[in-house]
Amino acid sequence: MLKDVKTGTDRKVVIRLDNVRRDFKVGEETVHALRGVSFEICEGEFVTIMGTSGSGKSTLLNQLGCLDTPTSGEYYLDGIPVKKMKKNERALLRNRKIGFVFQNYNLLPKTTAVENVELPLMYNSRYSARERKEAAIEALKAVGLGDRLYHKSNQMSGGQMQRVAIARALVNNPTIILADEATGNLDTRTSFEMLVLFQKLYNEGRTIIFVTHNPEIAQYSSRNITLRDGKIRQDIVNPNIQSAAEALAALPANQDD
Amino acid sequence: MNYLNLLKVAVKAIASNKFRSFLSMLGIIIGVAAVIIMMAIGQGSKESVRQNISQMGTNLIMVRPGADMRGGVRQDPSAMQTLKQEDYESIVQNKKYVTYVSPEVSAGGQVIYGANNTTTTIYGESLEYFDIKQWSVEQGDSFSEEDIRKAAKVCVVGKTIIDELMPNVNEPIGKTIRFKSIPFRIVGVLKSKGYNSWGMDQDNVIIAPYTTVMKRILAQTFFSSINCSAITEELTDILRQTHKIKDGEEDDFTIRSQQEIMDTMSSTMDSITIILVVAAAFSLIVAGIGIMNIMLVSVTERTKEIGLRMSVGARGIDISAQFLIESIMISVTGGVLGIIVGWLGTVLCANFGLPVSIPMWSILLSFAVCTIIGILFGFFPAKKAATMDPIEAIRYE
Ligand SMILES: Nc1ncnc2c1ncn2[C@@H]1O[C@H](COP(=O)(O)OP(=O)(O)OP(=O)(O)O)[C@@H](O)[C@H]1O
Ligand SMILES: [Mg+2]
Repeated sequence: MLKDVKTGTDRKVVIRLDNVRRDFKVGEETVHALRGVSFEICEGEFVTIMGTSGSGKSTLLNQLGCLDTPTSGEYYLDGIPVKKMKKNERALLRNRKIGFVFQNYNLLPKTTAVENVELPLMYNSRYSARERKEAAIEALKAVGLGDRLYHKSNQMSGGQMQRVAIARALVNNPTIILADEATGNLDTRTSFEMLVLFQKLYNEGRTIIFVTHNPEIAQYSSRNITLRDGKIRQDIVNPNIQSAAEALAALPANQDD
Repeated sequence: MNYLNLLKVAVKAIASNKFRSFLSMLGIIIGVAAVIIMMAIGQGSKESVRQNISQMGTNLIMVRPGADMRGGVRQDPSAMQTLKQEDYESIVQNKKYVTYVSPEVSAGGQVIYGANNTTTTIYGESLEYFDIKQWSVEQGDSFSEEDIRKAAKVCVVGKTIIDELMPNVNEPIGKTIRFKSIPFRIVGVLKSKGYNSWGMDQDNVIIAPYTTVMKRILAQTFFSSINCSAITEELTDILRQTHKIKDGEEDDFTIRSQQEIMDTMSSTMDSITIILVVAAAFSLIVAGIGIMNIMLVSVTERTKEIGLRMSVGARGIDISAQFLIESIMISVTGGVLGIIVGWLGTVLCANFGLPVSIPMWSILLSFAVCTIIGILFGFFPAKKAATMDPIEAIRYE
């Protein structure tokens, strides 16, 4: 149990990695993408993960998102080893508990923004068609795409697609949000807008893990993990979290605004 | 995912690849249409055969010379001379349940009027023949009992004879035609019956008193058959008595009822229909393999989509249901189109004069078969999709 930085109370560990390794066989060779990663993340942390290209960030995030299982080692989600779960149990976790923003968006082609965002709720029988649509529209408004609801994925810019992907990750009200380069394709202002959104979710008590190449973003998170060559090189808690909302207000106004 | 959503997704997938979906449906369309048409023709022919046989007369019973031997050597029945005048008379005298009786003799040959001639068959009959056959005389009258007694050279002719021999004559009654150089005076013209299902012109006949045909044309004393509308058992008894056949001895005649003839014909038609339908059913299996092929392509093509759906929480069963519904939809849509095409084809066949009738169950069967094909041949591709690994699938390019 870690002491909460904000309140000083004990917090629950949601994610615990125990010497996780992930190897990929490429022809004759074996690529070691993760070489024994161990850490704990508590409920309500905002963790940024940094590291050079190919250092294993996406591989790590896939593990955390229950999309992939370790070659060796163990990943405990809420104390339960993910490797031992059945496929359907993992699917259920992905559907209800986890929101995942892919590095390359992965939107359904030729499909509107709303339909893309609705997708996770399609596999949740608790939502009616109307509730599904309302939730999708709300999520799209939150990422500033209220005016692009019925644009198809192939009619949108890279940044817009990225925001649709964020909206899709948020639509199921996940307690854990995993974002892989979620602001990589956005201009400074829109990136800050997204950061404001993530900080709002953080303040709501959700656990956020945010992969980024931008060292600046680390200031807005509660903790920063740096990977190198599939191993943790640095893991520091940020005692002085900057407010993204203030930074956004301080930005010079857009010329065409 | 609930069924409505699954259906929507399937419709979308099919619609986004219209031409390909249509091509994969084509096999089903052709197969189902073939089955429908085959069954319609089979059923139609059966009905028309039944109709034709019942047109032969009500509850017709034919008595023929010679035992109905199954196996063993059978003599040519027409060479046998067991049916005679006294048989006919004793049936007439003893009949209780027999409504009508007519002996029959016939001869084929040429009939001449003026410079015209045509080939036909002359039947020698009694007056009750017209009742047995339910055949009415349209113009003039039939011959009389008197004519039969005297073996008068009079006849009733079918429409075709009039059309062939005297196309320009207004009043055929009273004209004399010659059959094998024997002159016959026309006393009546039969109401037209048209062609029967074997393609025979039923109006190409001459009907004369049986006495006339026996004495003046054939010079014989026996009948080729006795036609009755009656009950079989009674006839057997009457004939056995007149022939003085002892108990345990074999009949020297055969009685075939209309029902028996109908049954034989029906079962022949049935086996032909079955062969045709089985052939068409094979084409449906081939069509199913075509669908499976397309579904496999579709699964591979949409690997990324499958990975994405799984990564947002779709279970294997959701994915397999999606593809299964898609394949069922392709095959059932193909089936519906096939039924429509089959129906149009049937209408076309009917226009060409083929007897057709679409049995309701053949439509229901087509539906059922298409659904089964969809499930059967969609199963393997669906399973392939369901067992994919989410992260590998999503990385697929
Ligand atoms: N499916 C795979 N098959 C083979 N090798 C893989 C696979 N996925 C990742 N790798 C390898 O694992 C290593 C880590 O990849 P990963 O995608 O995690 O890097 P990353 O830190 O996300 O990089 P970037 O910042 O460029 O996105 C790389 O060397 C990559 O080649
Ligand atoms: Mg990456």
